Amino acid sequence: MTFSSPFRSVKNLLMTLLMVAATIAVLTPLGIIFLHILKMGASSLSLDFFTQIPKPTGETGGGMANGLFGSAVMIVMAGCIGLPVGVLGAVYLTEFGGSRRATIIRFSADVLAGIPSIITGMVAYTLLVVPMKGFSALAGAVSLALIMIPIVLRTTEEQLKLVPGTLREASLALGVPLWRTTLKVTLASARTGIITGVLLAIARIAGETAPLLFTALGNQFWSRKLTEPMAALPLQIFNFAIAPYEDWHRLAWAGALVLVGIMFTLNLAARYFGRQKRYS
Amino acid sequence: MQTKVQLDNLNVHFGKTHAVKGVSLEFPANSVTAIIGPSGCGKSTVLRSLNRMHDLVPAARVTGRILLDNDDIYERGVDPVGIRRRIGMVFQKPNPFPAMSIHDNVLAGYKLLGRLNRTTADEIVESSLKRVALWDEVKDRLKTNAMELSGGQQQRLCIARTIAVQPEVILMDEPCSALDPIATLKIEELIDELKEQYTVIIVTHNMQQAARVSDYTAFFYMGEMVECGTTKMIFTTPEQRQTEDYITGRFG
Repeated sequence: MTFSSPFRSVKNLLMTLLMVAATIAVLTPLGIIFLHILKMGASSLSLDFFTQIPKPTGETGGGMANGLFGSAVMIVMAGCIGLPVGVLGAVYLTEFGGSRRATIIRFSADVLAGIPSIITGMVAYTLLVVPMKGFSALAGAVSLALIMIPIVLRTTEEQLKLVPGTLREASLALGVPLWRTTLKVTLASARTGIITGVLLAIARIAGETAPLLFTALGNQFWSRKLTEPMAALPLQIFNFAIAPYEDWHRLAWAGALVLVGIMFTLNLAARYFGRQKRYS
Repeated sequence: MQTKVQLDNLNVHFGKTHAVKGVSLEFPANSVTAIIGPSGCGKSTVLRSLNRMHDLVPAARVTGRILLDNDDIYERGVDPVGIRRRIGMVFQKPNPFPAMSIHDNVLAGYKLLGRLNRTTADEIVESSLKRVALWDEVKDRLKTNAMELSGGQQQRLCIARTIAVQPEVILMDEPCSALDPIATLKIEELIDELKEQYTVIIVTHNMQQAARVSDYTAFFYMGEMVECGTTKMIFTTPEQRQTEDYITGRFG
């Protein structure tokens, strides 16, 4: 038996090269997208983009302030629905639910997470747009919330499972009721992880376009009523990018840059919270 | 000797497993009672039924009676939360709250309930930490995180947290099994002092420890209580063959 095979180091080199190649293959598209958006968007980005609404066809300039505002409104509303449902659902699954019911809910959440977002939009359309006889920001927010709920629920559940049972017991043994233990010990211990999950869920819905196409619809003006169509950043990018005007294309690129910037920031923030020191 | 806690035909089932089989036992007030026996004999299960910790396990079923000052703690309508305030518990592994300072950990029982009285808070912290002989070691760093203490200090902190809410009975589930011999010695000295004010019930798989700290000992085997009596009698002149075999190290 020999200790050194002549092929060992060759194989090692070959495999290392393969892995390096795979890493480059993964990172290249990201780099290309980023650089291209930066190149196309940066030249079109100006203060006007954040303060002006789109100009009528034919005029140059204008911005997407209404889209930014609309996206913010709908994300906040979606969060108001999606956060409590997702977090409370996760608390039920880990702290209170029996095993069979929990399995059913967990499976449903996974299915819901896997449903294409355009179908979520159709559901909101059927449930809200049709009965209310009109597109609305509210319907847009509901469709976004439907996407948000399973993400928040599953990430929160994973975080709650990481809280050691000994901590819950320590609290209960001091005569603290279960609901207070859940609130003050379990949820408090999992807080940073839950925030991370929520930020990632927001990043996800911030870029969603399909469900807004036939719920919020979008428009070219300032709209503050939740029962009326409202602009959203991804919608405006979509509409402007397919329009036949050079000026609108430039705005769409600027919008894309801003959207990617928001995603990037949210992901960085999520990582920051996720990395905070925790004992346990 | 007055009886503080009494088990009357206690049975605990987990699903189809019959973990504790018809145990009747009395725990005298202001004394230390040790429950010994090999792993899986049901000693921890008995201890956890004393403060109704099994309520949280859906598959667990507790039958029989447990009397605390002659009142059945499993009677319909009894609030387990109230029982847990009267019967405190110290766990196998030190489990201070990781997000809290030493100071806040002592007060955890009040803080988590939202019943903290600011004027007496510092007094409670000082007296509780003094009782567990931790005060001199930590008095200059009460605001630092509790996880920075050593394992033995953490366990004494957990005991301080338990006595801070003034229970009547303290349950200890192998409180020294994660500690080194010196830390163990300190906890054992502490247990001896605690019995002046509290009724202490300690589960241990360390027979020397049971012999050192307890006044009474109950020997469990396979979910049944084989024998109980004063520690001296159990360790010198046990009536049952099984007890003698276990104590002399022939099995377990």
